[in-house]
Amino acid sequence: MFYREAGIFKTSYAADQALFRIPIDKLFVIGLIAFAFIVIPMIGNEYWLGSILIPTLILSIAALGLNILTGYCGQLSLGTGAFMAAGAFMAYKFATNLEGMPIILVILLGGLSAAAIGVAFGLPSLRIKGFYLAVTTLAAQFFLLWLFQKVPWFVNYSMSGVPTAPPREAFGFLVTGAEASPTARYIFVLGFTVVLGLLASNLVRGRIGRMWMAIRDMDIAAELIGIKPLQTKLSAFAVSSFYCGVAGALWSFCYINTVEASAFDINRSFTVLFMVIIGGLGSILGAFLGAFFIFLLPIFLNSAPGWFGLSIASETIAHVEFMTFGALIVFFLIVEPAGLARLWGITKEKLRLWPFPY
Amino acid sequence: MAEPTGVEASDRTFGEVVLKMDSIEVGFGGVTAIDNVSFDVRRGEILAIIGPNGAGKSSMLNCINGFYKPRSGSITFKGKTMKAMDPHYAASNGIARTFQNIALFRGMSTLDNLMTGRVLKMKKNFLWQCLYWGPAQKEELENRAYVEKVIDFLDIQAIRRTPVGRLPYGLQKRVELGRALAMEPDILLLDEPMAGMNVEEKQDMSRFILDLNEEFGTTIVLIEHDMGVVMDISDRVVVLDYGRKIADGTPAEVRANKNVIDAYLGVPHED
Repeated sequence: MFYREAGIFKTSYAADQALFRIPIDKLFVIGLIAFAFIVIPMIGNEYWLGSILIPTLILSIAALGLNILTGYCGQLSLGTGAFMAAGAFMAYKFATNLEGMPIILVILLGGLSAAAIGVAFGLPSLRIKGFYLAVTTLAAQFFLLWLFQKVPWFVNYSMSGVPTAPPREAFGFLVTGAEASPTARYIFVLGFTVVLGLLASNLVRGRIGRMWMAIRDMDIAAELIGIKPLQTKLSAFAVSSFYCGVAGALWSFCYINTVEASAFDINRSFTVLFMVIIGGLGSILGAFLGAFFIFLLPIFLNSAPGWFGLSIASETIAHVEFMTFGALIVFFLIVEPAGLARLWGITKEKLRLWPFPY
Repeated sequence: MAEPTGVEASDRTFGEVVLKMDSIEVGFGGVTAIDNVSFDVRRGEILAIIGPNGAGKSSMLNCINGFYKPRSGSITFKGKTMKAMDPHYAASNGIARTFQNIALFRGMSTLDNLMTGRVLKMKKNFLWQCLYWGPAQKEELENRAYVEKVIDFLDIQAIRRTPVGRLPYGLQKRVELGRALAMEPDILLLDEPMAGMNVEEKQDMSRFILDLNEEFGTTIVLIEHDMGVVMDISDRVVVLDYGRKIADGTPAEVRANKNVIDAYLGVPHED
């Protein structure tokens, strides 16, 4: 944020290793979380909560997952949508076949199933790197979606093939399904986002995070230090797929309210990948920035002309929206290829020296 | 190099043979990189491996820490004889190394690079790490304390939080040495630790190597092209040429060896 570290001295390694090394940073994040939990539900309307914040938060979870795999461990993946679908369908199976199971557990189990599937599709990563690995994860994308569409067992032999998400309660509030209030669903999703976000930042600054980054930056040196490449890569696949699985389950249960494979097609994978690239590879903050940028910018572009009293035909707006969106992405990548999070870091560094940058 | 230091070095005493390379042969396709080379490393000594380009020096280090598998021959390390070393076994039993072309984790800070050297010393499981609390935090702090000792030793306090990609070359080499030291190695393999450095940086690096050897008793195997440095700091020198060993002895002996002069130095060495 816009303040300096001057005058903050640490007397123990514990203080120096803390998640937020500057006290005001911590206050800011706590304040932001409190704002998101308390103020936003009060001021937000149904459209904002239900159609904008919920999907953005869910996609941030998926972006966190992909960032762990691609940004931290360096394994390019195009299978995000498939792992989200795995989470959604497995959560649906758990929710419908085990009636009394708490919904939080259902969603976590969906995530764990996705993690297991992710590990299986991560196995080729020992031998295959870079773009070639991306192509093998593409296989996961197509195979898993085909599986979920073709095998009726996954949707409990539902006639339509697109079952609705079962309504479930958490802490006495209805949080999933179409009848749940947007506020309840929003708080539920926000809870997952905050907890998973904190866990991810803990992981990446600890031993396992360093092992992932070591594999990403110099796999040979990492191996000679004693890091086992396969286990490390698979652990990244597992954690990443877990995040994607949870995101997929939430997407089906709290946002679109149906369990369908078409919600997790290749476009979803690309969207999440763009979020990670635009936000910043290898940055937890970047996952959130990217998700908000990619999801909110089109909405902003769509409604901006109206604010200035311009009446433009809706088709024109749609075209302009695409063009501006594309141009902005190119602009941001030219200004800072390492993403919004890096841009933020540079801004902070410059401000620290301002107005005497010598 | 006013006078040979081999005399001083010979006063030093060394422990038992900690690593024995026996009739090692390494080949890639039709090329034989190392041909029937044997030598041993005693605990506490500084052993230099020298030779012209392509003599097989780096391949030899790669065999020692298990990155290459020899075609034939055996490696005896701490009393255990094996056909080839396994990288993980080598790392967990105290063999650390630096690389000829710096192989740091460029996206990470100096501190994180050094902490990565400690991964094998950290055992707490995944769930504790998620929470970063209790035992996992305690473990992080203990290892941080050790890493800080290495940082102090190498005098790199000021660059703790700097991403290593931004550091100048000489400091990168130093951080890489630090990463190897963070592993608390018994044997440290240094692949051209002074390549591309200026005189001052070479002096610093030589001092670190000698201090390490004296204070912590670390056994050091190094490859180096700077003959002045090699003759000054090493206790023993092994000379490779075209994959064969042509000499093995104190710097003074090697310096006087006819084969070495012919094959490696080319002309009689006078300074």
